[in-house]
Amino acid sequence: MDSCPTTAAVSIHQLSKSYRIGHLSRNSTLRESLMSLITLSHLREKSQMETIWALRDVSFSIERGETVGIIGRNGAGKSTLLKILSKITYPTSGEIKVTGKVAALLEVGTGFHQELTGRENIYMNGSILGMSKREVDRKFDQIVDFSGVQKFLDTPIKRYSSGMRLRLGFAVAAHLDPDILMVDEVLAVGDAAFQKKCLNTMADLRAQARTVLFVSHNLAAVENLCARCIWVDSGRIHMDGETRAVIRNYMESGASAGAGSSVFLDAPGRRGNGKIRFRAVEFLSPEGKLQNIIRAGNPFLIRFHYSAQETISQPSFGFRMYTDMGTLVTETSTWHHGLNIPLVKPGEGYLDLEIDSLNVFPAKFTISLWITDMDGVTVYDNIEQAMTLEVESANIFQSGRNLDSRCGIVYFPQRWDLSGINGTAQDLKERPPSQSKPLPI
Amino acid sequence: MGSEYFKELWRYRELLYFFAWREIKLRYRQAALGAAWALIQPICGMILFSLVFGRMAHMPSDGIPYPIFCYCALVPWTYFSTVLNTASTSLTVNSNLIEKVYFPRIFLPAGTALAGLLDFSIGMVLLAGLLRYYHLRASWALLYSPLVALVMVMVTIGVSGAMAALNVRFRDVKHAVPFLIQVWLFVTPVVYPATMVPERFRPLLAINPCWAVVEGFRSCVFPGLPVNFSLLASSTVVAIAVFLSGVFYFRRAEKGFADVI
Repeated sequence: MDSCPTTAAVSIHQLSKSYRIGHLSRNSTLRESLMSLITLSHLREKSQMETIWALRDVSFSIERGETVGIIGRNGAGKSTLLKILSKITYPTSGEIKVTGKVAALLEVGTGFHQELTGRENIYMNGSILGMSKREVDRKFDQIVDFSGVQKFLDTPIKRYSSGMRLRLGFAVAAHLDPDILMVDEVLAVGDAAFQKKCLNTMADLRAQARTVLFVSHNLAAVENLCARCIWVDSGRIHMDGETRAVIRNYMESGASAGAGSSVFLDAPGRRGNGKIRFRAVEFLSPEGKLQNIIRAGNPFLIRFHYSAQETISQPSFGFRMYTDMGTLVTETSTWHHGLNIPLVKPGEGYLDLEIDSLNVFPAKFTISLWITDMDGVTVYDNIEQAMTLEVESANIFQSGRNLDSRCGIVYFPQRWDLSGINGTAQDLKERPPSQSKPLPI
Repeated sequence: MGSEYFKELWRYRELLYFFAWREIKLRYRQAALGAAWALIQPICGMILFSLVFGRMAHMPSDGIPYPIFCYCALVPWTYFSTVLNTASTSLTVNSNLIEKVYFPRIFLPAGTALAGLLDFSIGMVLLAGLLRYYHLRASWALLYSPLVALVMVMVTIGVSGAMAALNVRFRDVKHAVPFLIQVWLFVTPVVYPATMVPERFRPLLAINPCWAVVEGFRSCVFPGLPVNFSLLASSTVVAIAVFLSGVFYFRRAEKGFADVI
């Protein structure tokens, strides 16, 4: 088979998967099914069913020892792909060839039973994931050590906290020792320490030249872990190549979807006399390319398009950014910067706000816009919650950590200085007194 | 299907054991009487049927004391009915497993069937005690009982597998199974002897694969019993056919489990 080279760990050819929507709801009971059989209505209904292609003609092959990230928007087909590769579901057509022992982690702690103890669940879970009893016996102590739930080993896990359950589940998974590991968004749960453990384990596998397939929304982790990246979009492979290049393209991909820009023709709840109005707002890369995804820490610029009905003297353009909980993150305007725009002629134009570094943790923000006169008395245009800005995770602090809104809203440009560690102790009393005094105002 | 599938079943064989183990653990956990329930069920059935059919209705039992005559059939019947009842929902109850991880799906109903063998064995030990109590002698025919037990397990897996697979698509099955079991009990010679059925209807009833199981056990345990061996043989053939078609249907349906469940 030419499509399946011998070194390939995973090789798929022309893979397609379709779902028929409406099938389940229509004939979900036996009675209805029998009735439709009698009345022959199923012959007619079949044509009404909508066929959804979760995957369409997907082909690729992954060599042994490769670490590949799979990215894409929700519903793009990433999870379906993983489910087919791990044999959970079957493709509608196409060939799959997987060589080696596969461990697919679509969830942590699959098969845990509330009533069983931690010890029993280790065996049950290990067995479900394909470990033999002897294998679990041999690794049992390591698994328990890794999980950190020694004390509660003989307690039913219904008494465990969700964090303990997660750790136990991952401890079993980390000891699977597969040839091919497939991970789906496991990192989306758990605290920072847990996520670090997950990433370390995957990095270990990579170091052992195991094959790793990693489906994630966490672009920072993908970038950190995977040399190659496959971008799935609408059930097809949109791009397959070097991770940095794929992620860069993925981020810039909004142009056609229009997600990186908002056009305000008839924004609801718009205030102001309308003599000058916002036409649209675009998020652009410093090179001027439309950005679909804004990553934390990146430079970018916001382009405000306006349209003036008459000559406006000395307007001020402003914007506010809120968290999804309504906390004001920042406000800025041309007035804040002391800029004086003497005159705006009738017609259309734009102005750019350049942001050197978007120092916010990944989250969703809403944006409000306004145009007023210099005193803020006359409101020309004001749109509250004009648009949302979704900031994606990035390699903040270049640490590869998955830092998100749990770390707060903003971070400052910063660095640690570790030169004082293991150095000579500093006598705190000898510090110059001026430092501890309040600064003179 | 083919050898690839059997290789995989072999590779995952420990999981079958773990599913059975989990079921046994969970069944008696937090139950004060624990495993005693395995005895209470068939004994109560025996007493109840003996009172109603033996004492009140004077049901004939081919010259064997009615309680043991009935109990001998009740042990395999209880196995069949409880496994069928539990296994028919074994896939839907474990839908989370089916959606998240691959393993041979047949092990879910088959695990229930394996777990049921514990209760069955306990019931059989009690049967041996009853034989002594009634001063009945076992004969060489008892050597056939493992074969009959095998047929019993095959029928049970065949029917349970098909019902479990059907239940994934049609949740009606869950409601239909208890009813099905009730009807099935009365077309199987559990509370009455096969000889009570008019001669011309017997071939019709022998289509029932449970007939082979129940009559098979009786002919092993009570060697003096009049048994129509040609009917027993044809019923056994039906039992094997039920097993094969049940498993075949399951294999066909399992490809869609994760999508439909």
